[in-house]
Amino acid sequence: MSDRPHIRVELLSNPIYLCGARELVGSVAKRLGFDDLDCSKIALAVDEALCNVIRHGYQRRTDRPIWISIWPVENGSGKPAGIKIVIEDEAKQVEPLKMRGRELADVRPGGLGVHIIREVMDEAQYERRKGKGMRLTLVKLAHAGAAPVRLSSRSAQSVVASKRQASGR
Amino acid sequence: MAPEQTIAVRNDLAEGVVVVCPCGDVDMSRSPDLRVALRAVHEKRPMKLVVDLEQVGYMDSSGLATLVEAMRTAKGNKTSMVLCTMNDKVRAIFEIARLHQFFTIVDSLDDAIAV
Repeated sequence: MSDRPHIRVELLSNPIYLCGARELVGSVAKRLGFDDLDCSKIALAVDEALCNVIRHGYQRRTDRPIWISIWPVENGSGKPAGIKIVIEDEAKQVEPLKMRGRELADVRPGGLGVHIIREVMDEAQYERRKGKGMRLTLVKLAHAGAAPVRLSSRSAQSVVASKRQASGR
Repeated sequence: MAPEQTIAVRNDLAEGVVVVCPCGDVDMSRSPDLRVALRAVHEKRPMKLVVDLEQVGYMDSSGLATLVEAMRTAKGNKTSMVLCTMNDKVRAIFEIARLHQFFTIVDSLDDAIAV
């Protein structure tokens, strides 16, 4: 499979367009076989990621670019086994290891976005883009343990690795 | 084009009870409106504040943060705060954030008024 995204859209960093991003991601996830609740959770993860870019990356400026790219993740027989979503921006760069959610026991407003993203998705990996901005790669598998062997990027290998690590294999 | 009306406030259902009814998606673009509505209700110090989520199809962490802030204010004011009639998708975010135990959540508006 080519690394070329099956879908790539650019939107401005204006919160009023979050609904469009959610609709896009949720609809594509539905066509790739996720049930309604999972589609909603995937859209939620993307929404939270976009909110973080707008709020923290762009300091609430509403005229900056954000790119969303989507690929299907396929199993060995070429059938959809998940979805890969990449969110890129030109915001200030931060240390990827610092992108952590807060402790949930500390109940207070805010700071939940990264926790929600990591809870919902099977993989959530932040990295600096070359030059400027950040890249967040999100992967959600349709079934626990499904191996996305047809995904040609490094992401597929890291998903399998992270799953094995999580299961202690 | 006029902006969509998203929040109704009712105080005619029971003595001392105010019901706030947001509508549509409560996300980063709309949660500030909910925050304003809830703060206005808190200023009246009702005995009970009910947030009826029946017409909310989607909520993100900004909506959660708004409700957490309202709950903290309610506790400070000794106002009882109850959430009701949330759909499975909205309930899921409360569970993901482990906040379903922080709030009193019931199935219906009648239950919220009675509890």
